[in-house]
Amino acid sequence: MADYPLTAESIKNQFKRAGIHFVVALPDRVTSHYLLKGLINDPEFKVVQVCKEDEGVSICSGLYAAGHKSVFMMQYTGFLDSINAIRGVAVEGHFPVCMVVGLLGKEPDVAPTQSKKYGVKIIEPILDVMGIERYLIERDADTAQIGSAIDKSFKNSSPSAILIGREPR
Amino acid sequence: MMKRDEMLKAFVRQRKDEIVVAVYMAAQELTHIAPNDLNYTFIGAMGQGSSHALGLALGRPDKKIVVFDGDGSLLMNLGSLVTIANQAPKNYVHCLCENGCYETNGSVPIPRVGQIRFAELAKTAGYKKTYEIADLGEWERELPNIIEDEGPVFVTLKVEPGETYPENFPRLYNVEYREKFRQTLAKS
Repeated sequence: MADYPLTAESIKNQFKRAGIHFVVALPDRVTSHYLLKGLINDPEFKVVQVCKEDEGVSICSGLYAAGHKSVFMMQYTGFLDSINAIRGVAVEGHFPVCMVVGLLGKEPDVAPTQSKKYGVKIIEPILDVMGIERYLIERDADTAQIGSAIDKSFKNSSPSAILIGREPR
Repeated sequence: MMKRDEMLKAFVRQRKDEIVVAVYMAAQELTHIAPNDLNYTFIGAMGQGSSHALGLALGRPDKKIVVFDGDGSLLMNLGSLVTIANQAPKNYVHCLCENGCYETNGSVPIPRVGQIRFAELAKTAGYKKTYEIADLGEWERELPNIIEDEGPVFVTLKVEPGETYPENFPRLYNVEYREKFRQTLAKS
């Protein structure tokens, strides 16, 4: 484990550093086992499980309106499924929805746009056309971007996407 | 059957300091009938009102949240009933304006119009208390109980259009009003 490039702990620490208490989530195969289960068992976090991803976009928005920071964890398939809510609520509505998106099936150390997996390949271009800032996390050294992405989202009242490129352990 | 605007006016007469989340026709009418900085209309996508309200309810457990949802809207986000019941916010009142159609989108009937017991769906999902109300007098009489009940509470309101009010979607989703809402809520 010592040589494994990405740890759940480093991501969790970034959430804490950014002042996150609420984590809205639908299980994502990339992050469920180590990260999401760890968050559920950590009393510093309140995990709100949703039935479908578009709910999460709006719950995070309601939390923001009530004065709270949150992150929203999902698989890339859920991101694709909730595009209209992301468009209408987060982008056009200027809500700081910080999405943590697992790129299930992405090959290690291959750029998402070069993935053989069609669903993975289209994620970054979709985010770009929607004007959503994106950050690719594959190694612990990348995780410092998570805290700054969250800070920037809330400062600018705009959404962001933190793409998890391999399973954190 | 109640006129929707009469139902809203009756609510406003008894309103204290509740946050009100309203969607589509109810939102359009509420902004005319009773402008209030704690009206939340910034839904952004159909079906999402109940989920915005859950975020507010979890973020401010000290404030009562009253949602005026639509039947077409709820059908688009039925899973939210389970999500809300699972979180069980005591301060959540989910009112469903059942008009049987997509009124904003040309009044086309909803699927299974008149055959769905939405309050039963909510009860099965795990809401603590449910009501079905079709009469304005009953709505006025039950409102204090509905607000006092421990949530989540679900109320089916059988409504039809009343007076016509001007439509203004840009106002509903306006970011300046949203920021005013945030500031007002932070102080209350």
